Amino acid sequence: MLTTFLQKVLTEADYQPFRLLGMLRKVQAQYQHIPPEAIDSLAEALNIPRTQIIAVVEFYSFLHLTPQGRYDILISNSITDQMLGNDQIISYLSSTLNVKLGEVRDDGLVSLNHTSCSGMCDQGPAGLINGYPLPRLDPPKIDRIVALIEQQTPLTEWPPELFHVEEIIHKPGLLLTQAFNNGDALHATFTRGLAETLAEADLSNLRGRGGAGFKTALKWRTCSQQAATPRYVICNADEGEPGTFKDRMLLDLYADQVFEGMTVCAAIIGSNQGLLYLRGEYLFLYEKLLDVLQQRREQGLLGTNILGRAGFDFDIEIRMGAGAYICGEASAQIESLEGKPGIPRTKPPNSVMCGYQRKPTVVDNVETFLASTHIAIHGGQWFADIGTPQSTGTKLLSISGDCARPGIYEYPFGVSIREILQDCGASDVMGVQVGGPSGTFISNRELDRVLAFEDLSSAGSFMVFNSTRNIFDIARNFTDFFAHESCGFCTPCRVGTSLLKQQLHKIIDGHGSAADLEELSELCLVVRNNSHCGLGESAANPILTTLASYPDLYLKQLKHQEFSPGFDLDATLNVARRMAQRDDPSAHLMQVEN
Amino acid sequence: MSGTLTIDDQIIPFSDGQTIIEAARTAGVYIPHLCHRPGYSPHGSCKLCTVFVNGRQCSACTFPAADGQKVISTNEDMQQDRLRITQMLFVEGNHFCPSCEKSGNCQLQGVAYHLNMLDNHFPHFYAQREMDASHPDILIDHNRCIFCNLCVRASRDKDGKNVFAIAGRGINKRLIINSPTGKLKDSDISMDDCAAHVCPTGAILIKHTGYQVPIGERIYDHQPISQVACDTEADHDE
Amino acid sequence: MTNKIKIATTSLAGCFGCHMSFLDMDERLVDLADIIEFDRSPFTDIEHCSPCDIGLIEGGVCNSENIHVLREFRKNCKTLIAVGACAINGGLPALRNFVKLEDCLLEAYRDGIGVDNPQIPNDPELPLLLDKVRPIHEIVKVDYFMPGCPPSADVFLAFLTALIEGRDPSLPYKLIHYD
Repeated sequence: MLTTFLQKVLTEADYQPFRLLGMLRKVQAQYQHIPPEAIDSLAEALNIPRTQIIAVVEFYSFLHLTPQGRYDILISNSITDQMLGNDQIISYLSSTLNVKLGEVRDDGLVSLNHTSCSGMCDQGPAGLINGYPLPRLDPPKIDRIVALIEQQTPLTEWPPELFHVEEIIHKPGLLLTQAFNNGDALHATFTRGLAETLAEADLSNLRGRGGAGFKTALKWRTCSQQAATPRYVICNADEGEPGTFKDRMLLDLYADQVFEGMTVCAAIIGSNQGLLYLRGEYLFLYEKLLDVLQQRREQGLLGTNILGRAGFDFDIEIRMGAGAYICGEASAQIESLEGKPGIPRTKPPNSVMCGYQRKPTVVDNVETFLASTHIAIHGGQWFADIGTPQSTGTKLLSISGDCARPGIYEYPFGVSIREILQDCGASDVMGVQVGGPSGTFISNRELDRVLAFEDLSSAGSFMVFNSTRNIFDIARNFTDFFAHESCGFCTPCRVGTSLLKQQLHKIIDGHGSAADLEELSELCLVVRNNSHCGLGESAANPILTTLASYPDLYLKQLKHQEFSPGFDLDATLNVARRMAQRDDPSAHLMQVEN
Repeated sequence: MSGTLTIDDQIIPFSDGQTIIEAARTAGVYIPHLCHRPGYSPHGSCKLCTVFVNGRQCSACTFPAADGQKVISTNEDMQQDRLRITQMLFVEGNHFCPSCEKSGNCQLQGVAYHLNMLDNHFPHFYAQREMDASHPDILIDHNRCIFCNLCVRASRDKDGKNVFAIAGRGINKRLIINSPTGKLKDSDISMDDCAAHVCPTGAILIKHTGYQVPIGERIYDHQPISQVACDTEADHDE
Repeated sequence: MTNKIKIATTSLAGCFGCHMSFLDMDERLVDLADIIEFDRSPFTDIEHCSPCDIGLIEGGVCNSENIHVLREFRKNCKTLIAVGACAINGGLPALRNFVKLEDCLLEAYRDGIGVDNPQIPNDPELPLLLDKVRPIHEIVKVDYFMPGCPPSADVFLAFLTALIEGRDPSLPYKLIHYD
């Protein structure tokens, strides 16, 4: 059974070790875990050490060495899902299905767990079942789901509306409103010329939409100038930053324009192979995107001699992630695409020179390729006329949290936070998290700041909090997120993010003194200043930015003059008390001595 | 490219392809490190060798030396950060020096002594880790592993074997062994492997050889790692 | 009344090795005795701390009594020092952290070889064991740390001399040892 299955999986992957993650996803889906025999067989067939396979399985949240339930339910614990009551959803699921959070039910039918943001913050509380989305969960919907599970109805026979993800565009702008016919950008590119189109991209001053804001044309030019071949185009659709879902919408509704942007890039840098790295949470888009690619092949927009241009061959393969935020980092993503744990590479060299398979590689965000498509059609000036001089064009925002109209908004750069809040119907605002946990928290005293690389930059996440929200719930949620997602490669991030979590919890739980706050601040800087990659560099942001905005709230949280232990002291006697059957006063400890 | 660079006001030469830490070692300048070892591919994970290069922080063990580079390696803030990073390693695992055979020869300890580390500072993680004593000649005490990856690189690049790998994510990282049982005895490691000898701490120890040099008479009992590292590491590998 | 520096010492989950090492100061103790005096300490048999200048804590924290003693020291000592590996990181007693407390107790009092009249001791006079042996800095604020197993007599002398002279204690390289 297993052998036959693995044969099929291996054949589909053409026995290529770099497709390991995809193979393991299939094994996981079939067997609810990666059985030891599968590890041995794959290691032998692919001629890789079994330790590489174990390392990959342990690295990605959606792969497991021990069996999960045949119905594996994951509930998003993004802060906005938390605000929408994901705890009640979990309790309800847990009681109706009789399964504890983090466990597999005894009969193996169902398991329940948390997952990092599932990319549906505009329609939470949301979750995933066997990788497929379950938006807008509420008790009646859960009742239906529970019944289907208990009847062991295959997922394929469930009512499709249970999985239906809405794409809510409240404010389409420059890019989302442009008319587009497949091939427009490629025709324009070939008509104008490759060098000329690159010059237009340069003129547009388009900067990467993944957050870092590196100039796109410069990246493409540098890549095209590398001697080494082949060269690769990678579309980074691993939008794991909690609160962002605009790439989901783009791939759902604008996939052709994204793929066309990749193809334009391929023409310019001289690439034959593109890869779309699709985050595991967007499994529901996979088949749909395969169809889009197939249509494009049939339209002569992918494959060999594209649009009849002899020698221009380019195709795109979709590879899925498997639950690891860090794989949004370009070099980690490349490692992942090579069938390894997503650990960010050491730079230099950067991936433009030494990327996928150690070859020159352009990695760009979904939205960057979309913009490139339209720049190829309309030219650079058309784009540069919008926005600010340093941040040209528009930016897609995924707005979630406390507002009347969560969803997608497209704004010219330079727009004020205040205007955005008015548009989405946010009132009584306490603060906004711009750019997700790795971005910046701004309080309601800073609403005149603007969205732009030179002020507040965002890869797309925009979470609104009203005055009923507790700032510590937010800081804790984000800090825990980074500790969970740290890849563990470097010491300051591996150990430091867990220490940050402990220390923040200590203060929030009321065990902190002034010295603890000082310690927390010091630790933030050690982690920020010494970490290997952007995750570690930004892991302390939630604490640093909330501490800057609300120092008084932190001070109020310090309940002790003197040092207090960072753990429940009395609870450390639980076992001894139980075994000695004692409960007398001297069998207890005060947390702090009076 | 070759030329000179400046480390903390000291001008040192470098040759083509050298990283900052290699140039520094050649010139006898010590930059604290644990995951780096001459002759091994750079890794850049322990972050003890973090230096300022032209105002930017980077790892001296991975960053290429360049002409005219201004490197700041030692100032009070940086030593303080290094101290904290070392203390992180101490609380992450279970490092009980008095009962460890490596004591006095342990680089983790050597770096800690060098940084004048008197305590662990942070709360402990109380990691539950195991010991693998299955192999007749080689002992693994996972409590002392700091995930420097040297054994992984040694086995893969020097011994051509892939005996070790690091699995897990975040604080749940763990060293794993390439054998059907996961035990060292069933792997193809041998006593002559570089991987058996490269561990900077007491996580991988050779059995039956303990305490030949008494505690108190070992490398770092007498000399700071800053004075011996440049020489001993060169002796060992070149 | 004297103007002597008052020092209190105790051993929590320790072996008294650090105390023995203190005594290794030998003849130097004679000079020291002119300027210090001991309050609560195994050297004096005084049962409870009165206000002191310096408290020396040997050993980690393994039971509820250790917590009470440690807090008494913290309350009464202007400067509290963790002395030796066990106070600093739990040391050898912390090796029991690899065994569940439940298993420890069952092995010692119920299932172990030669156990007569098996029962878990439950007299209220007895301190209860913590689930883990912990270093003292996780329970109280500690001002200084003297590493070593034990710290040598020279380390004690260096620390005490500095504190008596009103300086921040520091150790030269050759005095820093964790073993």
